[in-house]
Amino acid sequence: MKMVTVLTDARSIRIKGRSFLAVVLSPDLPLDHWLTRLDDLAARSAGFFFGRPVVLDVTDLPINRDELKGLVTALAERNVSIMGIEGARPSLIGPGMPPALKGGRPASDVEVANAAPSIEVRSAAAETAEPEEPAMVEVSGEVRSTPQSLIIREPVRSGQSVIFTEGDVTVIGSVASGAEIIAGGSVHIYGTLRGRAMAGAIGNASAQIFCRKLEAELLAIDGVYKMADDMAPGLRGQAVQLWLDGDAIMAEKLS
Amino acid sequence: MGKVIVVTSGKGGVGKTTSTAALGAALAQRGERVAVVDFDVGLRNLDLVMGAERRVVYDLVNVIQGDAKLPQALIRDKRVETLFLLPASQTRDKDNLTPEGVERVIGELKEHFDWIICDSPAGIERGATLAMRHADVAVVVTNPEVSSVRDSDRIIGLLDSKTVKAESGERMEKHLLLTRFDQARAERGDMLKVEDVLEILSIPLLGIIPESMDVLRASNLGAPVTVADSRSAPAMAYFEAARRLAGETLPVTVPGEKRASGGLLSKIFSRRAA
Ligand SMILES: Nc1ncnc2c1ncn2[C@@H]1O[C@H](COP(=O)(O)OP(=O)(O)O)[C@@H](O)[C@H]1O
Ligand SMILES: [Mg+2]
Repeated sequence: MKMVTVLTDARSIRIKGRSFLAVVLSPDLPLDHWLTRLDDLAARSAGFFFGRPVVLDVTDLPINRDELKGLVTALAERNVSIMGIEGARPSLIGPGMPPALKGGRPASDVEVANAAPSIEVRSAAAETAEPEEPAMVEVSGEVRSTPQSLIIREPVRSGQSVIFTEGDVTVIGSVASGAEIIAGGSVHIYGTLRGRAMAGAIGNASAQIFCRKLEAELLAIDGVYKMADDMAPGLRGQAVQLWLDGDAIMAEKLS
Repeated sequence: MGKVIVVTSGKGGVGKTTSTAALGAALAQRGERVAVVDFDVGLRNLDLVMGAERRVVYDLVNVIQGDAKLPQALIRDKRVETLFLLPASQTRDKDNLTPEGVERVIGELKEHFDWIICDSPAGIERGATLAMRHADVAVVVTNPEVSSVRDSDRIIGLLDSKTVKAESGERMEKHLLLTRFDQARAERGDMLKVEDVLEILSIPLLGIIPESMDVLRASNLGAPVTVADSRSAPAMAYFEAARRLAGETLPVTVPGEKRASGGLLSKIFSRRAA
């Protein structure tokens, strides 16, 4: 079985260092300056936005309906298609505009990795990984994306990073110390989790992490994270599920 | 066409060079033609372990740069006549190893030898990736301790992505060689257990080489341990590993577990190559 090097063009926007992927754009004023900076970013990470669901966060941005419409158009010209708009007053969103989005968490410290991160996903995975088409949007104020699954049937080795923002990641095997799984949805490890697992990495508080044996270095759900030292010692070596309750990661043995 | 083996580990000092020489000599003593190739440019020591340091005229870099032809650079072992060494250069730096050059030399070696065993430098940089690039089989040398196991895991990831085999969609055959296994420390619980290493790395076990003074003695004599003292415990373990490499199925002797529990052995053998 072969390994493919890149799953999608994954030069990523990351939040707070290396761990958290975000596909949220938060423009600031003046918009033309912001767009110039975006162009610079796009030049450094060509194709990042292509075919990806991108959320536009306009919370606290004092713009009117026409300006917002102009912004969406300006982004479309750059091949950034906005899947939803967050933090906009209902009156700002007119017909033909992307729908309003609720429930996302505002991102901070958005940063683009200069070099392409090495993303290595096994081919079995890659086949399932490539979504047939971009996430679907229903223009009804609600966003529905087709859930995707990435299934990896081999161990994830130290130094490998699996980034799959489109849905759940399941690993049938172990995740080594120094390896990481970053999923938009939940993370399921049918083996020992020794490395890092990040669920709900682009904002999903209902994502969970499950593993057959917990030896993790870091766990994160929806941006809230826990280091190895913060974990209850009784959970080490156990089959565990983790979920988010407010801003706290909760854990319980799976019986 | 010969088979190319890379002896690799990520971490240094775990026994790659020792193992390259010992396995090479063991295979050659079966009458097969073996070339051991030192990829540790700048830090050559395979020639020392083979006792050939005073016979080095040309090296791998000379052949790659076209200063010498392959037969001029190959050194025939004085004791085992089907064993040859292609030494590394002590004076040049790694940048002289070009991917095209390495490919050409390996291709040429494959026409003349049954086994080409590449001794990889430590690390995950150019030298290590070039050493593994054209391999058919990888011997992952690991000591039973956490940092060595983690580095090996990293190397396995590279074997599965950065090699010609992996890039053409084929599966790289990988074997674990657990070396410097110290019986006394294992009993004290100072080392990882064999089972734990196997569980973490999930690749099949090629052999377990005990920590032994015989290895140092052999290296001081300038002979692979399988030549210097073929009755010693490490030599016997290397002979067994060589037979497994050549395709024989033999049970693995776990030092100290004389009659190794059925549990462990059946686990080892039922484990699929990852
Ligand atoms: N089984 C062993 N018992 C005792 N010493 C060993 C054993 N294997 C290797 N050594 C010693 O460990 C040191 C490093 O071995 P070497 O083969 O040069 O490692 P590497 O090539 O991985 O850096 C050498 O001094 C060698 O003699
Ligand atoms: Mg060495």
